[in-house]
Amino acid sequence: MDGTFAISQSDKRPMYLQIIEQIKQRIAVGDWSEGRAIPSIRQLAVDLQVSVITVKRAYLELEREGVIVTQQGKGSHVASNGGLGKRLREAQATRLAAMLGIRPKELEHRLREAGDRISEKETI
Amino acid sequence: MSDPAIELSGVRKNYKYFSLDNIHLTVPEGQIMGLIGPNGAGKSTTIRIILGLVHQDSGEVRVLGHRMPAEQIAAKWDIGFASEDMRLYESLTIGWHMDFMRRIYPKWDAAYARLLLKRFGLRADQKVKGLSHGQRVKATLLMVLARKPKLLVLDEPTTGLDPVARHEILRELTAVMADEGRSVLFSSHNTHDVEQISDRVTFIDRGRIIDSMDKEVYLERWRRLHLEVPHGVELPVLPGIIGVRRDGRLAIATANAFVPDLAHAYESSGARVHSVENMTLEEIFVANVEYSREEVEA
Repeated sequence: MDGTFAISQSDKRPMYLQIIEQIKQRIAVGDWSEGRAIPSIRQLAVDLQVSVITVKRAYLELEREGVIVTQQGKGSHVASNGGLGKRLREAQATRLAAMLGIRPKELEHRLREAGDRISEKETI
Repeated sequence: MSDPAIELSGVRKNYKYFSLDNIHLTVPEGQIMGLIGPNGAGKSTTIRIILGLVHQDSGEVRVLGHRMPAEQIAAKWDIGFASEDMRLYESLTIGWHMDFMRRIYPKWDAAYARLLLKRFGLRADQKVKGLSHGQRVKATLLMVLARKPKLLVLDEPTTGLDPVARHEILRELTAVMADEGRSVLFSSHNTHDVEQISDRVTFIDRGRIIDSMDKEVYLERWRRLHLEVPHGVELPVLPGIIGVRRDGRLAIATANAFVPDLAHAYESSGARVHSVENMTLEEIFVANVEYSREEVEA
């Protein structure tokens, strides 16, 4: 299941951020659906061959962002707060835009344009 | 909260040309501790004191609740130790050694031992004298791992191994952590290994512990700030910055207690902060050893 997690040491970002990123990706593409149980901290550490403390840090961060929920004795689940996948995809798009040097205003403008084009086509 | 797996307090040991000075060290149960230090820093001496193989001149050593060296016999049933200078019998096979261990240790897990044999690419009928360095290391580790000890103490387990063998060993070490009641202390020059698998990191240099803490906290505190310093601007001396290198208008400041306020303080002095970088454990290791040696000499 976790064969597609890849933690790289040549990646400039710390390992915990890479874990966060890859969990969010799973949620964004819909592989990890809302409310789904996710591996325990210890289990994911063993699977990824990284320290427990690193995975713990990633989970704490994800919990703070409202992406996952951890309950004592019940383990961790993907949060079920509606539209989480969509929200994460939007966040990805925003980050991508920042990387390409597109400002939020411009991004909004371009998205609106793209939206208009699509709805034009649909009306035809 | 259960007792720590290892607890050293105020441990000293004097040799003619080397001394361990006031060592305090705790390995909590269920964690992997990586011990890093240059050659001759005192890693092996510390490990040998933990095992009761070397007796400290003063200070307290407790391992799995046992006082060392006095209660070392009781403690050793639950400690698995492997080091580079450990020898298997050259003329005997790996299988003979496995059988030998099974007779001594009641907790020996024969099924796990066979699994490890397969994972490590070894055969029971191989004689020790025909083994490569990597195979010897793996065979020695197999003997220790299959005992399922509560505490694993490994002195340089990955030194001299090829990347595949190193990976196999790191995998087995992290697999041990699936059981919350087990703990690992391992020493290494390889900071990548330590960065990857350890929960806590201890730096040792010239017989002293420089730092010992949660690895994530540690990586968080060390940062490199790239600065642009216009003419006429003096960089302020800030707490938490251990060194500044400057060349023309560009400067690099290294922080060992980073907080965002440090960057703000540079900005308000008139400098521009271009970037704040994370550092790898290796970079931290080198910077930390250099810094602590300067401190001692100053």
